[in-house]
Amino acid sequence: MPKMNMIHAVRSGLEVMLERDPSVCVFGEDVGYFGGVFRATQGLQSKFGPRRVFDTPLAEGGIIAIAIGMGINGLRPVPEIQFSDYIFPAFDQITNELAKLRYRSGGEWSAPVTIRTPCGGGIRGGLFHSQSPEAYFTHTPGLCVVMPSNPHDAKGLLISSIESDDPVVFFEPKRLYRGPFDGNPEHVPPWRDQPTAEVPDGYYSTPLGKAAIVRGGEEVTVVTWGTMVHVARAAIDESGVDAELIDLRTLAPLDLPTITTSVEKTGRCVVVHEAPRTCGFGAEIVALLQQHCFWSLEAPIGRVTGWDTPFPHAQEWQYMPSRERINRAVRSALAA
Amino acid sequence: MDGCMTNYSPLVGTARSSLRSAETDLKDPLPLVLHVPTAPHRPGDSPRFEPFPDQPGDLPKPDTLSPFDLLHNHAIGMIRVLGADGAAAGPWDPQLSPQQLRSGLEMMMRARCLDVRMIGMQRQGRLSFYLSSKGEEAVAVAGAMPYSTRDILFPSYRQPGTLLVRGMPLLAMMCHSISNRHDNVKGRQMPLHYSWKAGNVVSISSPVGTQLPQAVGAAMAFACRGERSVAAAWIGDGTSSQGDFHHAINFASVFLPPCILHVVNNQWAISTHCQQATGGTAFALRAEAYSLPGLRVDGNDFLAVFAVEQWAIERARRGGGPTLIELVTYRREAHSTSDDPTQYRPADEGNGWPGGDPIDRLKIHLIQRGEWSEEAHQSLDAALDQEVVASLAHAESFGSLASGLGHSPSTMFDDVYTNLPDHLRNQLREMQIETAKDEPGNSILPFVGKDRRAAG
Ligand SMILES: Cc1ncc(C[n+]2csc(CCOP(=O)(O)OP(=O)(O)O)c2C)c(N)n1
Ligand SMILES: [Mg+2]
Repeated sequence: MPKMNMIHAVRSGLEVMLERDPSVCVFGEDVGYFGGVFRATQGLQSKFGPRRVFDTPLAEGGIIAIAIGMGINGLRPVPEIQFSDYIFPAFDQITNELAKLRYRSGGEWSAPVTIRTPCGGGIRGGLFHSQSPEAYFTHTPGLCVVMPSNPHDAKGLLISSIESDDPVVFFEPKRLYRGPFDGNPEHVPPWRDQPTAEVPDGYYSTPLGKAAIVRGGEEVTVVTWGTMVHVARAAIDESGVDAELIDLRTLAPLDLPTITTSVEKTGRCVVVHEAPRTCGFGAEIVALLQQHCFWSLEAPIGRVTGWDTPFPHAQEWQYMPSRERINRAVRSALAA
Repeated sequence: MDGCMTNYSPLVGTARSSLRSAETDLKDPLPLVLHVPTAPHRPGDSPRFEPFPDQPGDLPKPDTLSPFDLLHNHAIGMIRVLGADGAAAGPWDPQLSPQQLRSGLEMMMRARCLDVRMIGMQRQGRLSFYLSSKGEEAVAVAGAMPYSTRDILFPSYRQPGTLLVRGMPLLAMMCHSISNRHDNVKGRQMPLHYSWKAGNVVSISSPVGTQLPQAVGAAMAFACRGERSVAAAWIGDGTSSQGDFHHAINFASVFLPPCILHVVNNQWAISTHCQQATGGTAFALRAEAYSLPGLRVDGNDFLAVFAVEQWAIERARRGGGPTLIELVTYRREAHSTSDDPTQYRPADEGNGWPGGDPIDRLKIHLIQRGEWSEEAHQSLDAALDQEVVASLAHAESFGSLASGLGHSPSTMFDDVYTNLPDHLRNQLREMQIETAKDEPGNSILPFVGKDRRAAG
C-alpha cells in the first residue's frame, strides 16, 4: 500500500471523488493552476481541467456563496479556504445560509458543500495563521465538523464528507501535513514511519460521526482531536500511565457513546484541544460527561487547552498545549 | 392519499415549460460553457508586455474639486510623469525640489536595503518569515510622503516603506521583525505586521482588505469633528475582490468622508494573476460606478505617484471627498518566503515589465537634472546597507525569536483586554505554575489545590 503524508492523502481523496462523481468540483484561492499554497490540489487542474478545478478571486465570502449556489443546483463543490483564520468573511454564508438551508426550506433545498480548510498552530504563523475555530461551527446546528489527525483518516473522512448530503467543515491540522507532531517543535518525524500513513490509492471511506480509540487504557481517558492527538499520545507514552486515548475525528455529530463507554470504565478524563478554553468544544464534552457519567467519575474532568488569548507568534510553544501540560493534567486526574 | 399529496407540485411544471420555450427563441446562441480566466503567462511561456500606451503629458490635471466624471480617462489610462528618457513632463509633474527628490530616493533605497537584508536573514533562519516589496518602493514612499502626520494611514504588509516615511526607526522595525524584547507589538505578530502609533500608522493585520473600510470609518471620524485630515489605506489587486473593498467604496460614496483608497496592482496575488481577479478593465474604473474619481497611475513612477496622492489629499482636505487610486506596479519577488513563484509564472517575467524599477527611474531623473551621480548613488547605497546591517546587529543584541529571548511568555495575557480579567489572571497563574520546575510542595494541579477549587 502506498505511504502518504496528509497532503497526499487529501489530494488522493479529492482525486478519487473528482474521478467518481462528475458533479464534484474543487476551487479556491490559488487552488487551480498552482495547486494550493499547501499543494493539496497539485496536479488536479491538469488532470480534470479548469472547469472542475479552478482558481477563484480572493474572497472567502464569495467562494462559499458560489459553492452554496452550485450545491443548490446539482453540483457537489469542495471549496478550499486557504487558512481557517480566513474563514470569517464567509461566516454569514456558512452559518446562516449553508447550515440552515435544509431547515429553512422544510427539507426542500440543501447544498452538499465540503469546505476544506487548514487549521491549527505549530508553524510560527502568529495570530492569523494558527487558529482552531472549530467551536464556532460546532455551535451551528446543521453543519458537520470534521478534523482528521492522520493520512488514512484524512482521505477516508474527506471522501465521506464529499459524499455527505449535509454540509461539512473539514479542518486539516496544518502542522500534521508533513508529519505527526509530538509536541517537540524542532522534531518533524515523517509520516512514512506511521501505520496510518498506509493509505489505499483508490476509493474507501471512513464514516463520519465515529471516534477512534487510538490507544486503549484503563486508568484515565484522554479525549482530543487534530494535532493534539499526537501530542497527547507522546505525553501518555512518556508518562507510563495506562490511558485510553480517543481521537474524536468528527466533532459534529459527536460520537458520545465511545467517550462515555471509556469514561465509565476509567472514571477519569482529560480533554485536550488547541483552541481557547472558554466555550471551546472541550466545554461541551465536559458538560456531556458530567451529565452521562457523573456516577462513574472519580475525579474532576481536566481540560488542557490554548489560553483565552489570541494565538501569539513568539510565545507559540507556551500557548499550545504541551506534553508536560497534558501529563500534569493526567496525573492530577489520577491523584484526585 | 399520501402519494397524491407529495406528487402534487404545479409550480415545478410551469417553470419547466417556460424554460424550454426561452431556449428555442434564442438567436445565434454562443456555446455556453463556464468561463474560467487564465493568467497571461505561465512557466514555459515567453512573457510579452506591451509598453504602457499613455505617455507623460497625455492626461490633463483637473482642479481637485472637479466632478468625478471629468476623470474617466484618468481611471482607464495611466498618469505618468517620468518618460523613458528620465525627464519629467506634463501637468502632473509635482515640481519637487531636488532635496525632496533625493530624500524620496534615499527612503526608497533604505526600504530596498532593508528588504534585501531581511530576506537574507530569513534564509539564514534568523527571521521566521518575510515578504519582499522590492520594486514597489515608490508605492509606499511616494505614497506616504505627501501626507501630514495628522493623517492616519492603514498600509498593508507590502508597504514597509510607509513606516520608514512615518519615522519608525529601522531598529524598531527590526526588533518587531525578530520578535525580541523591544518588539513594540510584544512578539504577538509575524514579521512585517508593524504598528506605529507615534507615526499615525495603524497596526497591520493579516486578513487582507479589512483596513480599507476601516479607513473610511476613520475618515468619517475626521468629518464628524470637522477636521481637515485624511485617512488612507492600501490593499492589493487580489484583495480588491473581498467584500471589504466593496463595503469601503460604497460607504465612501455614501458619506463622502476624506479618505483615499488605494489598490496596489502588482499583477499577482500569490499565484493568481490580476486578470483572474476581475473581468473589469481597470481597478480605478470601479470608482465611477460609485460617482467617485478613480485615478490610475504608473506605480513605479515616483513623481506620478507623489502627484496623484497630492491631488487626492487636496481634494479630500477641500471637502471634495474620497478618491480611489490604482497603482500599476509589479511584484518582483516571491509572494513571501514561503512561496516559490517559478511554480506559476515564468522566471523571467519581470524582465519585460514596462514600468521598470522605481529606484532606477528616479535616480536617472535626478542624474539627468544634474542633481545626483552614479558615485553618489553607490556610496549612499553602501552607507544605507551599513546602516541596515548595524541596526540588525543592534536589534539582535536585544534577543530574537531564534535565540528565544523575547518578551516573557506571561506578557501573552496582556492587552487581551484593557485590564487583566480574573479568568486570564487565573490562566496566567496556571501557566506559571505549569512551567515552573517540579518541586515538592509546589502544587501543580490546577484543580486539586488545598481547597479543591478549579482554577481558570
Ligand atoms: C482574508 C484573507 N484571505 C486569504 C489570505 C491569504 N493571503 C495572504 S496575501 C494573499 C494574496 C494577496 O494578494 P494581493 O491583494 O494582490 O496583494 P499582494 O500580496 O500582491 O501585495 C492571500 C491570498 C489572507 N491573508 N487573508
Ligand atoms: Mg497583488
